[in-house]
Amino acid sequence: MGSEAIIFYTLSAIMIVFSLLAVTSLRLLRAAVYLLFALGATAAVYFMVSYYFLAAVQLIVYAGGIVVLIIFSILLTSHINEKLQKPDPLKMILTGLTAIIGAGVVWLSFSEYTFIAEPSTGIIADMTTIGEKMLGYGEHGYVLPFEVISILLLAAMIGAIAVAKRTKTNQDD
Amino acid sequence: MENFEFAYWIVLLPFLSFALVGLAGSKLPKQFAGLLATTAIAISTVLSIVVAYNYFFTMFSMADYKPVIASEITWLHFTDSLSIKLGVLLDPISVMMLLVISIVSLMVFIYSLGYMKEEEGFNRYFSFLSLFSFSMLGLVVATNLFQMYMFWELVGVSSYLLIGFYYQKPEAVAASKKAFIVTRFADLGFLIGILILSYYSGTFDFILLTDPEGFASLHGITSTFLGFSALTWALILIFIGGAGKSAMFPLHIWLPDAMEGPTPVSALIHAATMVVAGVYLVARLFPLYSFGSPNSLEVVAFIGAFTTLFAAVIACTQADIKRILAFSTMSQIGYMMLALGVSGYAADGLGFTASLFHLFTHAFFKALLFLGAGAIIHAVHTNTIFEMGGLRKYQPITHITFLIACLAISGIPPFAGFFSKDEILSAAFASHPIYFGIALLVAGLTAFYMFRLYFIVFWGKEKVYDHPPHEAPVVMLIPMIVLAIGSVVAGFVPFGNFVSSNSQPFYTHLEWPVAIASVVVASIGIFTAWRFYKKESPLPEKTATSMGGLYTSAKGKFYIDELYLLITRNIIFQYVSRPIAWFDRNVIDATMNFISTLTNWISEEIKEFQSGQLQRYAFIFFAGVLILMLTFLYAQS
Amino acid sequence: MIEQVPIQHVLIVTTLMFFIGIYGFLTRKNLITMLISVEIMLNAVNLNFVFFDFYLFPGKLEGHFFSLFVIAIAAAEAAVAIAIFINLYRNIRSINVEEVDKMKY
Repeated sequence: MGSEAIIFYTLSAIMIVFSLLAVTSLRLLRAAVYLLFALGATAAVYFMVSYYFLAAVQLIVYAGGIVVLIIFSILLTSHINEKLQKPDPLKMILTGLTAIIGAGVVWLSFSEYTFIAEPSTGIIADMTTIGEKMLGYGEHGYVLPFEVISILLLAAMIGAIAVAKRTKTNQDD
Repeated sequence: MENFEFAYWIVLLPFLSFALVGLAGSKLPKQFAGLLATTAIAISTVLSIVVAYNYFFTMFSMADYKPVIASEITWLHFTDSLSIKLGVLLDPISVMMLLVISIVSLMVFIYSLGYMKEEEGFNRYFSFLSLFSFSMLGLVVATNLFQMYMFWELVGVSSYLLIGFYYQKPEAVAASKKAFIVTRFADLGFLIGILILSYYSGTFDFILLTDPEGFASLHGITSTFLGFSALTWALILIFIGGAGKSAMFPLHIWLPDAMEGPTPVSALIHAATMVVAGVYLVARLFPLYSFGSPNSLEVVAFIGAFTTLFAAVIACTQADIKRILAFSTMSQIGYMMLALGVSGYAADGLGFTASLFHLFTHAFFKALLFLGAGAIIHAVHTNTIFEMGGLRKYQPITHITFLIACLAISGIPPFAGFFSKDEILSAAFASHPIYFGIALLVAGLTAFYMFRLYFIVFWGKEKVYDHPPHEAPVVMLIPMIVLAIGSVVAGFVPFGNFVSSNSQPFYTHLEWPVAIASVVVASIGIFTAWRFYKKESPLPEKTATSMGGLYTSAKGKFYIDELYLLITRNIIFQYVSRPIAWFDRNVIDATMNFISTLTNWISEEIKEFQSGQLQRYAFIFFAGVLILMLTFLYAQS
Repeated sequence: MIEQVPIQHVLIVTTLMFFIGIYGFLTRKNLITMLISVEIMLNAVNLNFVFFDFYLFPGKLEGHFFSLFVIAIAAAEAAVAIAIFINLYRNIRSINVEEVDKMKY
């Protein structure tokens, strides 16, 4: 077992454990922080496969943006010390069972399939390549989804403002 | 060759005025709506006169009138052999009918301008009346049986609408329903007859159907039913349709009740035009009746003879002025039917000519009688003749015109009725002594009941009126005077030169013995009426008592209505309709109710699925995906 | 990395993460924790894309770009979701998913 394997398995353990904690923790703020750890470990895995840009985006957008947003909204809607109530045990068992069956099915299906790994070509996703592809319009060019995403982000921004804005009717309460 | 391209405007103009007045509703000013409709029908009348003049005098110059198709369009095209056409057919009888209908319509329209002046729904009245004129004119120019049937129904609808014009009055509503249902019932026979006839002949077209050379195909009909050929059955069924419209016994019950409508409507529809549609129908198909099936003509003659006597007897006992006229109409139409029934083709076609001649003259004096009755009712506000009397002083012009009409219908020379009645009597005389006897008796009865009415209303003792009766306004008097002139001169038209069974001129002359007999009989009738009703006298009472049961039952219209009610209510409703209604309610409705209840119950039950619980939805969604995955992965292997 | 860790192991990790997300989404009552679960799921999917790209189609970078777009969409989704939560909290004083059932039947 080489060093990369050791690092990868460690990161995997971190991701799984913190994901599990994030969905079971009874304290909201802690759940958000556990999510942050899981996302950070994912970013580390991206570094391992030398997708540095993706790793950076993961850290900036997820860890820096979304988690902070979630923490803000937690602070806006709940007390810090408030403990969540435990979910219904029957529900827990039922959904747990379903999730396990689902995972089993997926595992079964990919364990039967033989993946043929290609040797690395040595092309790394450096900024030049990413920039060219992102704004390229030939083969493997992504300018159309890029622009569509920009519109989507604009729409989401306006939508979020419109939804969260105080309206006259609910100013009364 | 004359051009008749414009002939369809005769039919179309009243329709346009119907559409305009009907759609505009009460938005049009009253006077304008009435004048508009009247103008439309006036133009139609002028066109009809032009068409008649061209047809009879210019185009064929008094010999061998050929049918002309003025215009025709294919309306519904089903297959190459089955298509339904609309068109304008001009031949002697249709041109004659156009003339009669448009002139009488015009008179009635003008009269209505005065008569209906104060009524609610003036515009509605004129739009319905225009609809009627349109349908009736379309009926007579029909080029084929199907077009005729269509307009036949339209005529029925407009009759229904106009009888029920005073829809706030329950009697009017009941009468309109009765008229509609009875004639609909008869039309069922008409429709079946059309279907049988066209099935065997392969055509709806009148020209083909009535071509004497073209009967070869029809003679080949070998299928029989109950001893009569299919053709006979078809013609009898068609006659039933005609009998329904023309109020022949036993389908006559709607006509007396139809008098609930406004009086001008009675004059136009239920005296002069629509009710003679049955006669027109038989005349239209006359060659077919004559050659194809003499048996069915016998039926026509018998029904006609029976109805004429039957209605005349009832008319002698009635007290409602309009009902007397209604029964008189029935009786006269029976006359026409009788004449058609005893007629032969070509050289023996006296009855045919006589029948249509009588139709022609009758339209004038019967319309006049109704218009006169309208003027009287307008003045004294009652329908019962015993509440009238001495009106000749108050309404001199009405009195004179009414007298002319009475003389005309009684067959006193030189008025119109004399000539046509004389021809009918001659035709009956040539056919069978019993028919002649009946016809003569009815002539006497007609004179009697008309003059009974006349003497009671215009002479008799003066009654106490709420306000003194007044003469009708000029706009009502003009049509009456025009029709009175028509009643005088119409008899001098050499009718046989124009209209005959085979379109060749048919020369008629007075049969002196028959004419003298009919005049004598009519005079006896008039004299009796004079003796009975000129002054108050105990004679009518005494006679009525001595007649006993006959008088009572005639007064009760021989209880035909009650018989119908008995049959329908106690037998059909009781034993047919009620079980069907039970079946409908308890089986068919119940099934539907069960289905709806079941649906309701199930939806109440499954409503719970829509719990609003996001996670429950998500769980079901996820479980479903899982099951699908399992299925796709493992079920196929 | 390719020599040392077989792809199946990577897939096991992402599968587990994804189903953990599903478990959380189905059991948690607080809407914010449900959003956290969704983020975990998205993250698992992202990892999957990246590893398929890296192992099976090296040099094409398709999975890489796909992940980028997914991250962008996740950001948009989170922003809108949180706006909705705040509005909801303002209206019914709660962001418990079981109380959000006003629009049922």
